[in-house]
Amino acid sequence: MTKVYGEKRAVDDLTFTVKPGIVTGFLGPNGSGKSTTMRLVLGLDRPTGGDVTVNGKHYCEHPAPLHEVGALLEARSIHTGRSARNHLLALARTHGVSRRRVDELIDLVGLHDVARKRAGKFSLGMGQRLGIASALLGDPHTLLLDEPVNGLDPEGIHWIRNLLRSLAAEGRTVFVSSHLMSEMAVTADHLIVIGRGKLIADTSVDEFVRRASGLVVHVRTPDATRLSELVTKDGVHVTSTEPNVLEIEGLTPEQVGELAAGHRIVLHGLSERQASLEEAFMHLTRDDVEFKALEREQEAAA
Amino acid sequence: MSAIGGALPRLERTGRVTQLHVLRSEWTKLMSVRSTRWSLLAAVLLTIGLPLLFAGVTTSHWGSMAPHERADRHPLDIALAGVNVSQLAIAVLGVLVITAEYSTGMIRSTMIAVPKRLPVLWAKMIVYALVAFVLMIPSVLIAFVGSQAILNRHHILQISFSHPGVARSVIGGAVYLMLVGIFAYAIGAITRNTAGGIATFAGIFFVIPPLMNILPTSWNNAISPYLPSEAGRQIFSLTQGAHSLSPAAGGALFVGYCAAGLALSAILLVTRDT
Repeated sequence: MTKVYGEKRAVDDLTFTVKPGIVTGFLGPNGSGKSTTMRLVLGLDRPTGGDVTVNGKHYCEHPAPLHEVGALLEARSIHTGRSARNHLLALARTHGVSRRRVDELIDLVGLHDVARKRAGKFSLGMGQRLGIASALLGDPHTLLLDEPVNGLDPEGIHWIRNLLRSLAAEGRTVFVSSHLMSEMAVTADHLIVIGRGKLIADTSVDEFVRRASGLVVHVRTPDATRLSELVTKDGVHVTSTEPNVLEIEGLTPEQVGELAAGHRIVLHGLSERQASLEEAFMHLTRDDVEFKALEREQEAAA
Repeated sequence: MSAIGGALPRLERTGRVTQLHVLRSEWTKLMSVRSTRWSLLAAVLLTIGLPLLFAGVTTSHWGSMAPHERADRHPLDIALAGVNVSQLAIAVLGVLVITAEYSTGMIRSTMIAVPKRLPVLWAKMIVYALVAFVLMIPSVLIAFVGSQAILNRHHILQISFSHPGVARSVIGGAVYLMLVGIFAYAIGAITRNTAGGIATFAGIFFVIPPLMNILPTSWNNAISPYLPSEAGRQIFSLTQGAHSLSPAAGGALFVGYCAAGLALSAILLVTRDT
């Protein structure tokens, strides 16, 4: 499917399927189209092209939508003047769900003591718990959660991870977005990675880590600028976190050492280390992010 | 915040989204926000209080009033004086009922629960119109009986409820307020913005009508009766001006404006992104 807002292609010819019984992570940098994709699934926005279905039907064609999909959006979706309990009650009533169920969920997410307070006074974490309660209200087959750990304390993060895993183990479909690779590595089994609205990877977490995480060569040299210029070419990425230190991806330590020797550059240190998951993720999506920054500059200049 | 834990309890029974369920949901929503209760209370107090106040002032000044001044006073103008003011409270709340969902983001939760969208538009309208009507009927009756009782102390400006047109005008005051609520609600649903909705309503009801006086009289007489505010006003006016529509025709036209507004909101609601 595709979604175009004015000139911007927020979601660009994106196709993937999410399977039940596992936690599927939806990974992409900020502004890559994750939230838009979720809005398209829920019918909040209409796709410009293509189609999206949940269990074989458009979301709006299900007779009990909250029983089909439980959703937590990134944007706040609560009337600030209403109490948490009344908010859930209003949503529950659309499906004839009982008051008792509302109270059970309030206890489950730990909002018992503040359930009668106005939601506008809630902290980010409390708002997030309320959002999770409304997602679980209809006992849904599919969970669609946009950045659910945002604003949660460590206890809350631990709880949501276990909850997602147990929901998936019950055979439900769990689809969770995040811009944090490290979070997905411990929560998800499968990954959908997007950048600039396009699909980058649709793979298991293990496979993604194996494929994406290369080695980083760590070099210490007084002639960092010249070495940086020498190694920079297609497929090689150089970063510098402090003066006289380079981090090089895409070359082996041997290649770097020989190149330095050939140009009589003095090296004070040469080592290699495994790239972190975050680096692997950034490596995969970097081109998309950088391209976008460039586009923005051009727009500003024009 | 209490401790969190436990597994998700299974739902014993899954209901479907029906118009009746959505009506109950909208009732819960309307009644669980503080501003609703204050606005409705203000409308009730204005509808009842202003006629009582005017009746009291008229009574105490009657002795010093010139004959032509006395002739200008009409008991129904006093009894329904509050309608002209409380319509503002009813209209503002009518706009807010829908625009507050957009400004707070609640609309996303609502549309996820009811993705067909239109049941929400109808349910909100029905709940708000019924609440407004049920509150305004006793308010206009109390205003009529109360203002008559105060005026009766000096035996002035008495009119019977069974006098031709009086019952229609008094009940019409409540019908008019309900329709104003629906009209404002439709404007809120179209603009999706509180300030924009209230400004649009105020423009149509309070700015355009006086502007008509700038036009040549023949144009003014040809156009003004068909403005929403003028057409609607005939529902609770005991007597009609030379160029005004009849109460039935004016009422029908105002209902037509409401229907047109709702039709446009319905089309926009299903075609626009949320």
